[in-house]
Amino acid sequence: MTTQLDRRDFLRVTSVAGGGLLLGTWLDYGATGTLHAAGPDGEAEFSPNAFIHISTDGTITVMAKNPEIGQGVKTMLPMLIAEELDVPFERITIEQAMSDPAKYGSQVAGGSTATPTNWEPLRRAGAVGRQLLITAAAQTFGVPEVELTTGGGAVHHHGSRRRAEYSALAERAATLPAPDPATVRLKDPKDFRIIGRAIGGIDNPKIVTGQPLFGIDITVPGMLHAVFEKAPVFAAKVATANLDEVRALPGVRHAFVVDGGTQLNGLLGGVAIVADSWWAARSARQRLRVTWAEHPTAAQGSTAFRAKADEFFAAGPQRSLRADGNVAAAIAGGTAVEATYEYPFLAHATLEPMNCTAAFRDGKLEIWAPTQNPQAGRTLVANTMGIAPADIAIHIVRSGGGFGRRLNNDYMVEAAWIARVAGAPVKLVWTREDDTQHDFYRPAGYHRLRGAVDGAGRLVAWENHFVSFGEGTGFAPAAGISPGEFPAFFVPNFALGVSVMPLGVPTGFLRAPGSNGLAFVFQSFVDELAHAARKDPVQFRRELLAQVTPPPAAAPGGPPQPQPMNAERMRGVLDLVAAKSGWGTRQLPRGTGMGVAFHFSHRGYFAEVVQATVSRDGQLTIDQVWAVGDVGSHIINPSGAINQVQGSVLDGIAEALAQEITIVGGRTQQGNFHDFPLLRLTQAPKVEIHFRTTDFPPTGMGEPALPPVVPALTNAIFAATGKRVRSLPLTKHDLRWS
Amino acid sequence: MQVTFSVNGTRRTVDVPADMPLLWVLRDVLDLKGTKFGCGAAHCGACTVHLNGAPTRSCVLPAVAAAGAEITTIEGLSSDGTHALQRAWTELDVPQCGYCQAGQLMSAAALLARTPKPTDADIDAAMNGNLCRCATYARIREGIHRAAVLAANNE
Repeated sequence: MTTQLDRRDFLRVTSVAGGGLLLGTWLDYGATGTLHAAGPDGEAEFSPNAFIHISTDGTITVMAKNPEIGQGVKTMLPMLIAEELDVPFERITIEQAMSDPAKYGSQVAGGSTATPTNWEPLRRAGAVGRQLLITAAAQTFGVPEVELTTGGGAVHHHGSRRRAEYSALAERAATLPAPDPATVRLKDPKDFRIIGRAIGGIDNPKIVTGQPLFGIDITVPGMLHAVFEKAPVFAAKVATANLDEVRALPGVRHAFVVDGGTQLNGLLGGVAIVADSWWAARSARQRLRVTWAEHPTAAQGSTAFRAKADEFFAAGPQRSLRADGNVAAAIAGGTAVEATYEYPFLAHATLEPMNCTAAFRDGKLEIWAPTQNPQAGRTLVANTMGIAPADIAIHIVRSGGGFGRRLNNDYMVEAAWIARVAGAPVKLVWTREDDTQHDFYRPAGYHRLRGAVDGAGRLVAWENHFVSFGEGTGFAPAAGISPGEFPAFFVPNFALGVSVMPLGVPTGFLRAPGSNGLAFVFQSFVDELAHAARKDPVQFRRELLAQVTPPPAAAPGGPPQPQPMNAERMRGVLDLVAAKSGWGTRQLPRGTGMGVAFHFSHRGYFAEVVQATVSRDGQLTIDQVWAVGDVGSHIINPSGAINQVQGSVLDGIAEALAQEITIVGGRTQQGNFHDFPLLRLTQAPKVEIHFRTTDFPPTGMGEPALPPVVPALTNAIFAATGKRVRSLPLTKHDLRWS
Repeated sequence: MQVTFSVNGTRRTVDVPADMPLLWVLRDVLDLKGTKFGCGAAHCGACTVHLNGAPTRSCVLPAVAAAGAEITTIEGLSSDGTHALQRAWTELDVPQCGYCQAGQLMSAAALLARTPKPTDADIDAAMNGNLCRCATYARIREGIHRAAVLAANNE
């Protein structure tokens, strides 16, 4: 990646009211990782809008810009700043920034982007601070800058054995012109003292002592509590409601209809009940009787989606996304395999249900939101309520899990709307059933595949008809596919066609979106083809990776073309996971098997092996998982990184084992953890994790370890039982063997 | 209804609806936000507190049913955050999102109180009802073993 600081980027140095140094960098992180200046926004003044604040009392505050949802960014991003500021991590105080993209750039928890987009800019922000402090020390000591070093939060002059604490230099530093971040010198990585060190989550002490920390813990003066009943059929509107009866119930202050709109990720219709306590609101809701207007989505359901997919398979794709070579001829000339795969809708099931607190005063909104995407929330609230974005202040509050659910801000606009109608600050808290039944689901997907291997056992043909959801040439959110998705570029005769059907069910990004379904299908089918070729599944994949064909150059001035993943990096993790897992070296008893898979997503390369045992009566035990990842040159926080890989792998296993959302009559059937089960402690296998470092800029850890574990598991089941799993979850399969 | 019990060693009397779960009394009446709402149906264990020492799902227990009981919440697990489990949890960096961890810690504390040196099987039996959506289970298990050592060594 070639992150470059734009020349227009600038940095302000300010002498703050209480004395000290305030560094503010205003950076706008474009989608490509290139930086663009957001532009000046008036005179800088003391406010918590800078990344670094060095106070004369010795406090060094570093702002954490992105939402913390359990992925560890509130710890990891400040590590980057502290490293180049050259101050011990234990010396800094970390504060969560408010939503303010003009000051902090993009503040999104999504796409595993925090690492690649911040790796260089935040280190430069720290390095600018260090440079200013060195200049201030040079002036103070009357020595050349080159004779000065930093360490321990101080500048040192070894020749005269003098040192000055950063805090003592802050006032002078604040009077200096800031150097250009693009030219400031960064550390040689061998001198890193913080990057690469396992550092525990900054909020752990609060978590283990139960201090208020999450969105649901917010309390503001005069706050009331709300519940919101939405239509079980998505986006249906209220026809009638017994509001008078509900208003008379104990503790109820307000009960009203919210008309809502038609945008699935916006404010939908429903009934709000606002009460003195959440329990009073929830109890009143038990007595609420709503009739809902008819809605066309009521005609939709999982069974009909499946039937429609079969119709599409029979008719052929609506359109082609990619066609290389001659698939039909290659299939006719080789050993062919055909299969149909499918995967279900999934919920996010964050353990903290959706909630948000909002206060509307004098035309302005103040919002406390556990959200992954605060700026999108501001836009949604502004557009829905007719309030200027500048009049909406959003506090980013720690989320009890995100997994992509909180990229949508439906619950934020609900809280804001209800608070304005109620005329008081309101905390809206959803029930678990609300949360399960009003999610933005990982869309189901259906794939008809044909492939062939030639006489030498090489994969020569691959044809995929992907049936998904959408309208025309558009896909429903998270329901699309890239024409460059593996094994495109690796199979000479390759065809990808798609058909879409309309969907009234909200869909959205679930950890490793797209990949979490596609990897299951593609790496399972690769396994089928390996067996057709009578080759070891690891060896077959090695040979497949060697078949990469670079794409033709993009037309001058034309749009960028999809590029294949780096086959060498994938080969590296595949070989290492084979070695670490003892692939092919152990004689396993019948009923025990090993499966392998790899997947590239979110700039990360992961190969994983699962060993599973299936008893004769069909009981599945996952014995162990080996996961190897290549996310570049540095594992910034090894403790957080291992947590993310552990979590991603087990998340994939939970999905594969038993998770499924089914739609009947336009509504979600599941409601709580009894019918949408999370993984339990006794189901969690050992996960052995290794990282292969390569000379590429570091990339994110929140997602890429998830996709390969699902097919590695189903491939292991095949190895153990001879049963090929072509649909999920596994609870739908009889795994008995004899 | 009026009900009196002890919360973290302090006698408390509250006037709450007869069906109001202890969870919501703790969170919204007594302002102890450490105990978490996850499911409302005793499926997930995020709301686990000790009722006379026994791990109990507070989301389905009417507060009036706790009359006279000694209740301990995460806020009362130790006076200063130094229970062996709390130290082990921070040392091993157990939490990811952290939302379930109060419940995990309360279940684990009840286990250690009766079984100071638990086996993996003991941990399985005591902890299988506490769900962690982030799947921090490996470090939860390690954390309980580590806390047992810390407590035994009186560290």
